[in-house]
Amino acid sequence: MNSAALIIAEVVPLVTPETTFDVPANVVFAVQAVVMIFAALRVVTTKNVVHAALWLVVVLGGVGLNYILLQAEFVAVTQFLVYLGAVIVLFLFGVMLTRAPLGVSDDLDNNQKKIGIGVGVALLAVLSYALIESFGRSELTFAAYEGVAGPNTNGRTQAVSDAIFGQYLIPFEMLSLLLLAALIGAIVLARRD
Amino acid sequence: MLLNQFLLLSAILFTIGVYGVIVRKNGVLVLMSIELVLNAVNINLIVFSTYWGVAGQVFALFTIAIAAAEVGVGLAIVLLIYRNLRSADIDELDEMKG
Repeated sequence: MNSAALIIAEVVPLVTPETTFDVPANVVFAVQAVVMIFAALRVVTTKNVVHAALWLVVVLGGVGLNYILLQAEFVAVTQFLVYLGAVIVLFLFGVMLTRAPLGVSDDLDNNQKKIGIGVGVALLAVLSYALIESFGRSELTFAAYEGVAGPNTNGRTQAVSDAIFGQYLIPFEMLSLLLLAALIGAIVLARRD
Repeated sequence: MLLNQFLLLSAILFTIGVYGVIVRKNGVLVLMSIELVLNAVNINLIVFSTYWGVAGQVFALFTIAIAAAEVGVGLAIVLLIYRNLRSADIDELDEMKG
């Protein structure tokens, strides 16, 4: 992909002449960011296992909304189908099969809360310093595909499928092998002999 | 929209996920925290796909598939732990402690 290399060379300085600041998208982003962070905090702090799974639905749905804001519609739909459809159901099955305490339980956390908060704050500080230092106030341009800036240039499903079945065909086939291995592995592990 | 608003959101989600992995005792809840971390990474991939082309979206799709496989195998392991110990608390797996 020579054009991709050219685009990288053009885009790396991350300077954009025109602003892509649009108010509705930013309002949606702000609302769902607050909701997502609250829900994620509830996932790791709630004392009810089933509630944790249900708060996880909110977080995963918010992530899908982020993909739509970033014009990656195909990935967004996949996120909704796979995560909200399959993974949450798997989690609820896991809760049921391990006889996790339904209802409020005080026995879900260990005594490493201080270490956890320390690691979390340090990690967040380092990450946000690095991000703000390196990307500053650079704007999203959506200019990657064909080098054209503007709406509807990021999420073209045609381009995504071209990439999957062209350039990334071998990783894709490896992925199907991995899924087969995971299927067999899960059955072998969980089977009662 | 700024690039950093998405990146900072994903950094916060990643941090919360790491906190959950450290603090939670129940195996299913640890797996949920790992899902938070994987989703934070996926947001990063999609954000950078707006700069570097569709490769980011392709890898996000790969991550989603691998995360689904990981949850399947992980829940099977948690189920096995439950069957052997009669509890899903992974803190009780301390047989390798000296």
